[in-house]
Amino acid sequence: MIKLSPRLSQKISYLLLFLATVLAIVPGLLIISIIIAKGKDVFFAWDFLTLMPINGMLDGGIFPAIIGTLLLIIITIFLSLPIGIGAAIYLNEYAKDNLLTRMIKLSIVNLAGVPSIVYGLFGLGIFVMYLKLGVSIIAGVLTLSVMELPVIITTSRSALKSVPYLFREASLSLGVSRWDTIKYIVLPNAIPGILTGVILSIARIAGETAPLLFTAVAFYTPYLPHSIYDQVMILPYHLYITATQIPNIGKDRIFATAFMLLMIVLTMNFIAIIIRIYFRKNRKW
Amino acid sequence: MSNIEIKNFNMYYTNFHALKNININIAEKRVTAIIGPSGCGKSSLLRSINRINDTVDGVHTSGEINISGKNIYNIEVNVGILRRNVGMVFQRPNPFPISIYENVAFGLKVNRIYSNKNVIDDVIEKSLKAVLLWNHVKDKLRKSALSLTLEQQQRLCIARVIAVAPSIILLDEPCSSLDPIATQKIEELIMQLSNKYTIVLVTHNMQQAARISRSTAFMFLGKLIEFDDTEKIFTNPSIKETEDYVSGRFG
Ligand SMILES: Nc1ncnc2c1ncn2[C@@H]1O[C@H](COP(=O)(O)OP(=O)(O)OP(=O)(O)O)[C@@H](O)[C@H]1O
Ligand SMILES: [Mg+2]
Repeated sequence: MIKLSPRLSQKISYLLLFLATVLAIVPGLLIISIIIAKGKDVFFAWDFLTLMPINGMLDGGIFPAIIGTLLLIIITIFLSLPIGIGAAIYLNEYAKDNLLTRMIKLSIVNLAGVPSIVYGLFGLGIFVMYLKLGVSIIAGVLTLSVMELPVIITTSRSALKSVPYLFREASLSLGVSRWDTIKYIVLPNAIPGILTGVILSIARIAGETAPLLFTAVAFYTPYLPHSIYDQVMILPYHLYITATQIPNIGKDRIFATAFMLLMIVLTMNFIAIIIRIYFRKNRKW
Repeated sequence: MSNIEIKNFNMYYTNFHALKNININIAEKRVTAIIGPSGCGKSSLLRSINRINDTVDGVHTSGEINISGKNIYNIEVNVGILRRNVGMVFQRPNPFPISIYENVAFGLKVNRIYSNKNVIDDVIEKSLKAVLLWNHVKDKLRKSALSLTLEQQQRLCIARVIAVAPSIILLDEPCSSLDPIATQKIEELIMQLSNKYTIVLVTHNMQQAARISRSTAFMFLGKLIEFDDTEKIFTNPSIKETEDYVSGRFG
């Protein structure tokens, strides 16, 4: 074996690590640029985004699918965020460290790792069939919430945990109650972490099909939902069926749909980054 | 009155017997130091006096701690009011990551002691003056407390305590993260405060105990070994372990 000089081996390892980074990001960039390049014409014609689909989805737009995806995300946030944060506060601030608490924590970690199709089937069994909600927005939202809760609880708990214990003790030792300490000291310091984590996890569900396939999704609805008991179109599923089930559809329409989905996810990630930068500026410990 | 009378006091962390039958009378309006080797239970004793140790899982106690004649471990004691009366300053300066003003106002506002802004402003000015920080920060009250030096942060933490009008202040190694000059200044402050407040000071630093306290308690392995005038403890202790410790033979 040839012995390399320290300088040379430095350079080689630097190069290898740099290549690894490039390999990691090139496919992503490639996908994004292809989608933008092929989808931009239809996308920026705006009609595509604001019209109902017609003619067996060969013409018109994807408006109901955009609305469906946004509706599901927004209602899921409003439903699961308070419950998730509440559970995280209980587990992190109040629960005594006993067998029951440890079992709850362990199950939450494990639930976060259950494949989404399993949640989809659970939602079908419980919400759609047993509770007779039918394939509907509400059944989809409940399924997504059940799926997201373990993730929200886990991220919220780590955000709560990162607030130094010293702050809690300082507040308690001023005679401030436990709940006021949580309200005025712990939560304000944990909120950025919680929000960032939650938005990122929500961005992830924007692209999910499996949990919604049997619980909320319509193949084709040429109108907007009237109530939470209606079915909806969603972008990822629409993307899948237009790409595989409908021959003769313009490829640029498919790419424009992907473009829209990408925009939703990137926007949410962007919001998460803004929140993080905004709060980072104001605190350092 | 703000004397602290500790009677047959025991404290356990789950099964670990951390404080063993402590008996001590801490007089009001003077500095009482608690010294002893690491792990002997100084912090545990201090943290029992404002019941902040209640918040640690598995802590239980027996015996009494009487403040002005009332046992603070009685069922009907309001812990919030107790802790306002018995303030605590920690080893590492721990101002909240908010403004200087809001740090001192925190206890007043959250405990809803005052709501009138002028009154609160007044208390904040008095508290910051009491720790000799006012002149330095009066023009930047809205700045982050974390922009202050460590010494100033520790002063701020003392002001935060003073704002809720305690009669007792517990200090747990308040100078251990400060340089010698800052240490000296905080020591001066502590002596000055002892005119108004009963002060219990835990310290690793025997010179510090000798310099600023009137009485000193020596603890070892969870027991109170000796408690006497500081001068006596450092020059002519009655118990051999105390002598070994203050003469630097162990610890
Ligand atoms: N939360 C806890 N759970 C279990 N044991 C603890 C806990 N806190 C302290 N102890 C134990 O209780 C004993 C006394 O601890 P304490 O912190 O009161 O000592 P100390 O005299 O303040 O020490 P130091 O000088 O290092 O601060 C030690 O043996 C310590 O290990
Ligand atoms: Mg200690």
